[in-house]
Amino acid sequence: MSLQLRDLYEGFRDAEVIKALSKRITQESEALREPLHVMEVCGGHTHTIMKYGLKQLLPQNIRFIHGPGCPVCIMPKERIDHAIDLSRMEDAILCTLGDMIRVPGSKGSLAEERAAGRDIRPLYTPLDALKIARENPHKKVIFFAIGFETTTPMSAALLDAAIKAGVENLFLHANHVLVPPAVDAIMADGRAKVNAFIGPSHVSVITGSKIYEPLPIRYGTPVAVSGFEPVDVMEGILMLVRQKNEARCAVEVQYTRAVSREGNTKAQALIERYMEPRAHFRWRGIGDIPHSALRLREAYAHYDAERVFAEHLGNEPIDDHKLCICGTILKGLASPKECKVFGTACTPSTPLGSCMVSSEGACNAYFRFAEV
Amino acid sequence: MTHIQLSHGGGGEEMNRLIHSLFFEAFGNETLLQSEDAAALHIKSPIAFTTDGFTVSPLFFEGGDIGKIAIAGTVNDLAMMGARPLYLSAAFIIEEGLALEDLRRIVASMSAELARSSARIVCGDTKVVPKGACDKLFITTSGIGEIVYGGISAHRLCAGDAIIVSRDIGAHGATVLAAREGIGIWGDLRSDCATLWGAVAALLEGALSIHALRDATRGGLAAVLNEWAVASNVCIELEEEAIPISGPVRGLCELLGFEATDFANEGTFVLALPKAQAPRALEILRAMELTCNAALIGEVSQKRPGRVILKSPWGSSRYLELPKGELLPRIC
Ligand code: SF4
Ligand code: SF4
Repeated sequence: MSLQLRDLYEGFRDAEVIKALSKRITQESEALREPLHVMEVCGGHTHTIMKYGLKQLLPQNIRFIHGPGCPVCIMPKERIDHAIDLSRMEDAILCTLGDMIRVPGSKGSLAEERAAGRDIRPLYTPLDALKIARENPHKKVIFFAIGFETTTPMSAALLDAAIKAGVENLFLHANHVLVPPAVDAIMADGRAKVNAFIGPSHVSVITGSKIYEPLPIRYGTPVAVSGFEPVDVMEGILMLVRQKNEARCAVEVQYTRAVSREGNTKAQALIERYMEPRAHFRWRGIGDIPHSALRLREAYAHYDAERVFAEHLGNEPIDDHKLCICGTILKGLASPKECKVFGTACTPSTPLGSCMVSSEGACNAYFRFAEV
Repeated sequence: MTHIQLSHGGGGEEMNRLIHSLFFEAFGNETLLQSEDAAALHIKSPIAFTTDGFTVSPLFFEGGDIGKIAIAGTVNDLAMMGARPLYLSAAFIIEEGLALEDLRRIVASMSAELARSSARIVCGDTKVVPKGACDKLFITTSGIGEIVYGGISAHRLCAGDAIIVSRDIGAHGATVLAAREGIGIWGDLRSDCATLWGAVAALLEGALSIHALRDATRGGLAAVLNEWAVASNVCIELEEEAIPISGPVRGLCELLGFEATDFANEGTFVLALPKAQAPRALEILRAMELTCNAALIGEVSQKRPGRVILKSPWGSSRYLELPKGELLPRIC
């Protein structure tokens, strides 16, 4: 396993390659007719850009605008409250992925609930929820499922395995959101100065690059689907600069070692089987976006925590902390440093907003990997 | 009898038998066997005194167990002050139901670890608590050591010092995390848990002017260096590429989005001393098995006092921040 993993990143952090790319980009970007405002849709890229200091390697006329691509950051408070309410039910075990347990809702965070004695378990992989359900047949095990297209297949696989194993005490609370409607919402708003996109890597492995094809047509913006390594991101930027200079705009894939046009059709079929689009979903800071998230299909309603435990759950929208500008950041209109409480009242150990929680959140990346 | 029962902690006969058979046999020395209310010690030199509570889940992991950490941890704290470890106390809080066999293994491992330094356990205590009142076993050890090299302090770093780390970082944190989460082991993840007195003693005898010395336990390398930078009001500049990280630790970090610099270590220390002495210090360390990967990772300057800077091989740089909050994996 370690060998395969190393194959994935070795060579993509080569200092000489990165320096050469930086030089190339600087040279070629002199011909740009307008500054390049690149939105990296995905939080994984925000993390790479900050961790490896890539901004310092680019000329003044190339800027990053951090997009909405982190499933933790975009979760509105009322959904986090759902998780808390579910964990407070009798005989409940609430499972979720990593960072989610730190995000504050209106009633505090899951971490605080756990300290108060609720059974809340951060998982490393969704399938662990099935194991927990089997080991605790008299408890209601709820998987609070989050993520973009990347993690959705794993939730579908969990449901599939639970059905096949005849496990009936496992429930899903589905918060799976979709990238294209969010990007559309931001562009339709018209205020973000985005004129190019770096497309997500892991999302695209599942969906294929075809989901971005409407972007160049609708907004005249080039797209480069890139991997998560520093060389990947730099190559993606170079592709965008070249498209601009050649007055082209198309979807190009830099991350060819993992992304095809069609994507992983098996995973897509699995999702299709168990999930369907919701009429709308509220994104933290951005607001209601139609058809921007998935829920379980009617036929599996008895596995859907939102339906089975509806009486425990509220649905009123709850706004963010007054000082938090996460919403403006997620829309690409501000950078974390413009927030008055960044790094003072709001830090990773005392987050006021969700962007400070997850390692893919823009505020967290700016805090952890502060530039010198 | 195969498991610890509550009566073991009741001051009754069964408890006495347990203590005698297990602890006295493993740790036996004249002072301990006296069984007085307190150990009577004779120390003439200035001493270092430290205490630490140990909890780890799982109790046994690749490369060590809670007993080994409880001894090595306290011995290392003394060593980091330039003190030769002499006397330890050990207090056990045992959850009812702990397998006696597990306790035996842990005690045996403590005894084996004691043999790696001059420390002896001279007093101790045992309590058994009802199920649920603690997580299997907590051990607290305190230690006294004789200071043989004075003046080591987090406040003594100055511009021109070299920063050396004694081996590849993050092995303990990564190992325990992988074991706890049942994440398949890649390559061989193995805790660095070890008594460092041997390595430190060799350095102390090496005619070096050691400014600061610390084992990078909780909070990892990032925590030690940040504390030093603040305490001495200096800037620590690191070459990211020079920091030794093993393949399996790197792999785990890649996969889950962690930083090896945040991971706890249980047998890895950091050293600051004048740059000119760095080659000699490295030579001493690399000659010993535990520290054969020792590396020069950076130096002290006045660039941004109070901060630690990480420089990438491609010319960008950023601050290395203190790890914040619980370590949790990224979503995807
Ligand atoms: S990898 Fe996927 S889930 Fe993670 S931040 Fe990027 S788009 Fe979001
Ligand atoms: S720094 Fe904190 S409060 Fe400010 S926008 Fe970011 S998450 Fe919100």
